Amino acid sequence: MARENRTVHINARGVYYRELNDQIRQCMRAGAEEIFLDNINGQYYIGSGLRAKVKIIVNGVPGNDLGAFMDGPTIIIKGNAQDNIGNTMNSGKIVVHGHAGDVLGYSMRGGKLLIKEEVGYRVGIHMKGYKSQVPSIVIGGCAGNFLGEYMAGGILVVLGIDQSEPGSCVGDYLGTGMHGGTIYVRDEVEISRCGKEVGIKKVMLAEEPELKEVVADFCQEFGLALEPFQQQYFAKVVPVTSRPYGRLYVY
Amino acid sequence: MGFDLGSRRQQEKEISGCGIVGILNKKGKRISGEIAKQAICLMNDRGNGLGSGFAAYGIYPDYKELYAFHIMYDNLSAQSEAEEFLDNNFKLEKKEEIPHRDIPAIHSQPLLWRYFVEPKRSGIPKEMSGLEDDDYVVRAVLNINASVSGAYIFSSGKNMGVFKGVGFPKDISEFYQIEMYEGYLWTAHNRFPTNTPGWWGGAHPFTLLDWSIVHNGEISSYGINKRYLEMFGYHLTLLTDTEVVAYLLDLLIRKHGLSIPLACKVLAAPFWKDIDTMPEEERKIFTALRMVYGSALVNGPFAIIFGHRRGMVGLNDRIKLRPLVAASEGDFAYLASEESAIREICSHPDKVWSPTAGEPMIAELDEQVD
Repeated sequence: MARENRTVHINARGVYYRELNDQIRQCMRAGAEEIFLDNINGQYYIGSGLRAKVKIIVNGVPGNDLGAFMDGPTIIIKGNAQDNIGNTMNSGKIVVHGHAGDVLGYSMRGGKLLIKEEVGYRVGIHMKGYKSQVPSIVIGGCAGNFLGEYMAGGILVVLGIDQSEPGSCVGDYLGTGMHGGTIYVRDEVEISRCGKEVGIKKVMLAEEPELKEVVADFCQEFGLALEPFQQQYFAKVVPVTSRPYGRLYVY
Repeated sequence: MGFDLGSRRQQEKEISGCGIVGILNKKGKRISGEIAKQAICLMNDRGNGLGSGFAAYGIYPDYKELYAFHIMYDNLSAQSEAEEFLDNNFKLEKKEEIPHRDIPAIHSQPLLWRYFVEPKRSGIPKEMSGLEDDDYVVRAVLNINASVSGAYIFSSGKNMGVFKGVGFPKDISEFYQIEMYEGYLWTAHNRFPTNTPGWWGGAHPFTLLDWSIVHNGEISSYGINKRYLEMFGYHLTLLTDTEVVAYLLDLLIRKHGLSIPLACKVLAAPFWKDIDTMPEEERKIFTALRMVYGSALVNGPFAIIFGHRRGMVGLNDRIKLRPLVAASEGDFAYLASEESAIREICSHPDKVWSPTAGEPMIAELDEQVD
């Protein structure tokens, strides 16, 4: 395939998601490395289950479950996104240049999710990690309730850029049922609004290499300076026990 | 889930969750049902063909002082029995079949009629006398729905009407020629019935007077809500949980005089742990509300849009177990289960946001609009 053919555009206006995903696969088989999806509006499952190093640029608001079970691709959304994106994804990267909805990164077990603005409820629910598989979600704005619920691994970061007042950038029930992984919030976090399974300590970016790495990536992706994030404390939320229910069913 | 492009694709049907839409023009400018159709059809996959419908406000300006009854009948004897009741209790201005096209996708429809009526002032049965007009209509609607077998009044407001049935939104809108109607407020629903039957009377919206409800979710407090409503004379006949919300709003707002925001705080009451941390005055109000209206609390996952003659309200359950997105552009306010449904009819909204769980998103006609 000639070099110029490695970039393709698909006009997605009115195209049903199955047909759209078929077209994406056809382009990939023909050697496309960069696929622009133009006039997207509401198509579900874009890029779901794809296993390849392809880059997909979405122009519009894609539907739910974008990138579900995905393993490798990079998806850039030039707008807002809806619910359930990155559901159980294994590797790759999803970048949202706007806000996104509820239940992002559900059971995510690898890869990166970067959201420029705010997100809804239950983000990072049941994220998990194992050895080199460390999923990460970085949220530029604020997040709704139940952030990191049942979290079992990985890194979840809330930067709270442009938040209205201190203490407002995460909701209630933070880390409820959490038993692995780390949540970093660039804000004050009250322990009374967290699940019973977690503890909080204050850290600076420089002290936490894994935090610094994902925040630097976020800044690079959206053209922001890292400097301001080095000036403020983050609340580091971690489980106080790896087996919160270990004593529940024993005598 | 659509990612396996093998042989399973033909029988797949795994996406679930109802879809809802609300569109209001705050200046009262009327728009075609075609717009509501486009928005709800974008979320076609949120339903499974077992129900959809529309509520439209401002569609009967020539009869706006009269109650518009939309009635479905299973058979002619149900029709004659219901019409006898109407004749005895109402002055009938106009009676006609609800216009519809025969299309292959829609079958087994009931007989569909509409009536423009006003309550009779004399010569009426004793149990109907001495009632305010709205109470009179409520009693008549509940009476027919409960005691005339095979007859269901599915719309009973003034200058508004509901069009609903079993089918996908595209089919139901073609069937009723929804594009012919012009309203300043539209709500729409695409149904994926989970634990109640998919039948014509069970499609959304549900209404009473000019309250209309579309709902995504399920109401696990149905039993408590139903018994509570029965104490006030509401009979639940439509075999679907959503019906309770229409009657609760009628009770709380019209009969008990609660404001819309307070009524929402009855349906989606704050948790006790949050009430405990409120300032004194607020704490007293919310404690009283929960004590008095404990049985009107709606539990379970829900996103609802309720329409009324002055506007619409979007409301989520307290922990946001169903999606709801709001947007505005100029004089228009929008609500939908998905942002893309709004963008289908308004590509560049001024503002798009997700309402907080349990906090109503209220959009109303401007005060000077009649």
